Amino acid sequence: MQRSVRKLLLATSLVFATSQSFAFEPARSAECIAPANPGGGWDFTCRSVGKILSDLKYIDGNVQTVNMPGAGGGVAFAHTVSKREGDTALLVAASTATTTRLAQGQFVGMNADQVKWVGALGADYGVIAVSKDSPYKDLNALMDALKEDPTSVKFGGGSAAGGWDHLKVLIAAKAAGVGNLPKIKYLAYSGGGEAITQVVGGHIEGFTGDVSEVLGFVESGDLRVLAVMSEERLPGQYADMPTAKEQGIDAIAPNWRGFYLPAGVPDDAFEWWTKTIDGVYASDNWKQVMQQNGLMPFHKSGPEFTAFVQQQVKEIRDLSTEIGLIK
Amino acid sequence: METLNFLLHGFSVALMPEHLMFAAIGALLGTLIGALPGLGPANGVAILIPLAFSLGLSPAASMILLTSVYAGAMYGGRISSILLNIPGDEPAMMTTLDGYPMAMQGKAAEALAISAIASFIGSLLATIGLIILAPILARFALHFGPAEYFALFSLAFATLGGVTGKNQVKTVVAAALGLMISTVGVDISTGNQRYTYNILELYEGVDFIIAIVGLFAVSELLFFIERHISEGAGSATLNKLNLKLSDILHVLPTSLRGSVLGFVAGVLPGAGASLGSFLSYSLEKRIVGKSGHFGQGDPRGVAAPEAGNNAAANGALVPMLTLGVPGSGTTAVLLAMLISLNVQPGPMLFTQNAELVWGVIAALLVGNIMLLILNIPMVGLFVKLLSIPPKYLMPVVTLIAAVGIYSISNSALDLYFMVGFGLLGYLLRKLEVPLVPVILGMLLGPEMERSLRHALTISDGDWSILFSSGLSIGIWVVAFAGLALPYILGPILRRRMENARARMEIEEEAD
Repeated sequence: MQRSVRKLLLATSLVFATSQSFAFEPARSAECIAPANPGGGWDFTCRSVGKILSDLKYIDGNVQTVNMPGAGGGVAFAHTVSKREGDTALLVAASTATTTRLAQGQFVGMNADQVKWVGALGADYGVIAVSKDSPYKDLNALMDALKEDPTSVKFGGGSAAGGWDHLKVLIAAKAAGVGNLPKIKYLAYSGGGEAITQVVGGHIEGFTGDVSEVLGFVESGDLRVLAVMSEERLPGQYADMPTAKEQGIDAIAPNWRGFYLPAGVPDDAFEWWTKTIDGVYASDNWKQVMQQNGLMPFHKSGPEFTAFVQQQVKEIRDLSTEIGLIK
Repeated sequence: METLNFLLHGFSVALMPEHLMFAAIGALLGTLIGALPGLGPANGVAILIPLAFSLGLSPAASMILLTSVYAGAMYGGRISSILLNIPGDEPAMMTTLDGYPMAMQGKAAEALAISAIASFIGSLLATIGLIILAPILARFALHFGPAEYFALFSLAFATLGGVTGKNQVKTVVAAALGLMISTVGVDISTGNQRYTYNILELYEGVDFIIAIVGLFAVSELLFFIERHISEGAGSATLNKLNLKLSDILHVLPTSLRGSVLGFVAGVLPGAGASLGSFLSYSLEKRIVGKSGHFGQGDPRGVAAPEAGNNAAANGALVPMLTLGVPGSGTTAVLLAMLISLNVQPGPMLFTQNAELVWGVIAALLVGNIMLLILNIPMVGLFVKLLSIPPKYLMPVVTLIAAVGIYSISNSALDLYFMVGFGLLGYLLRKLEVPLVPVILGMLLGPEMERSLRHALTISDGDWSILFSSGLSIGIWVVAFAGLALPYILGPILRRRMENARARMEIEEEAD
């Protein structure tokens, strides 16, 4: 009893201390734009983070999720740039799909510097997989085949040509020293599941996607994961999957989940949101959400995240130029 | 055995109180929609899609609601056929032949009861057929590569007109229109924009759910405004039911034959429920023709087409679920809904979304029993509902459509699109251009294009890959047969259908 009182006192004093260190006062309620229909990844990011923001009293009132689908996030991006400048009570969900489209100039007339990248709290990592009876037993065997003949392995994935799933193959191939990247064949499907079906059916050889997409098929024995594109092995059910890095191919491809803020928010507000994202990431509530939804550890916030996004945009732009997708 | 386990698990999904409720609502609304002349199953499902979205239903609940509406509409179509001699929807046309004469003889209640039992048998047998056939076909479907899928989509387009379609040119125009609309947006095989004119809202193309609701539901309202109908479809009275067990046993063989034939017609892409009911009726007439009095109120003439069209309706779910290729207009609408719910139909559906699929299949069985109850003891309710003036009904339909579409994306632009498609649908219907091919074009066009490109990517540009497997050659043969047969058989079948109706009308006048 006494201990819990002490804990409470400690907690309140901490909260008091943190709230004192900023001149910025958060609004009573906030809004989170999910740039897609309900049910997708961005919608999930907004709803789960929004709930924790009010549960942990970072925001007194509610965080309302607003769905704004269109152009793979472009409609929401344009809305944020043109109509919401300086709005300190607005978060917009984003992921690697957002940076990919920005890097390739798909949001016409807009670029990544027009918003403030505040933080990421988790990621789904890229994966390269083959069917259970494939002759390729590890990533190096696959890459050797590509080095001999870049058209020998056809890859399928759930994003458009030039999209993140396509880029993962290229990132790995580039790191492995495969020449002639534009020759590598990628078949775009409308979803990861459809591409996996074709790999399992033996019509194409390789699958590129996120690790969460393959779990069911790995458990049923239909797919073999050649490499996860993360820094180190992933926890839990994913622990058996080898990383590309441990096979000597330094290819990292996180599909992070995070947020940006509108341009023109004052520095103290940006700082408050940075600390808040840190706080959410460290909370038990969020750890539980991550575990339940197969999100992997990945955390960057504030200036560090901004630099990361800029770097990612640059890498994607270089790669897209190299394969002739953009000029 | 494995199938049985899945099915038992499916029942645990279907029997959840929430899902039972949606099955009951779907069955009720479906029967009503089917009974109202003019509103067919495709329209019915299209009208209720926005409702599923605005209620924020889970994929399982949405699909249970919509498949119940589908099944209900197949039951409901017979009510106005028998009582008013107006088919409630196209597949129920054959039911007028013997159903209305029975009603004229004061045996309307018996006709309704017999047709409900036949519908039940048709639906039940076809669901069992679906349970047996679908997992087998799903496993087999893994052999379908891009070349086979391309052939299959060609088959779906080749059989679009169907055997009963009137004007093949208009069907082609409608399908081409759908294909054209489907090219708007990002081309995922190259990442290029097509016809988007730098308008961000067009990048993801035109949402086919919006097109479906506009084309079917909104155009229905426009037609209503034009007709200024303020009265119901007419009033009808029911006699007291006097049905003996021997009457049911009498039509049992007919129902069983009709079910099997209907199921086969349903499984074939493009054929659909109308053909199922027509074939069942014709076959029955040939088999028992001499001992019966078809066309003058033979109960078997009511049982055969009803067993046939209900069986065909469930049969059409087989290619939709296992291959992602719809077997009829309504299953095309259901397919669009599945895709919108992020559920990918196809070979892996039965392993990756087992809970959803088997839940829906179990719900078909549960819903079928509900429908039997709704359609025999409670059929009087629908007879009364038939006389509700559409002036109360249509505004409600439009309201649901608008709220539902807005709730998908909170975008006013989508509402403009919906109204635009409504106007287009009105125009097309005025010109007697069928709407279902437009939807199929929109839905299958991108898939077909992608299959072709994938096939050519795999073969490094060699076109012969399209004819390189026995499977694809087989599909091509069926596709060409599907294209040619309507020109040979179509006029003959249509003439017979018309003759049958005309003969009945002459006899009526002679009375």
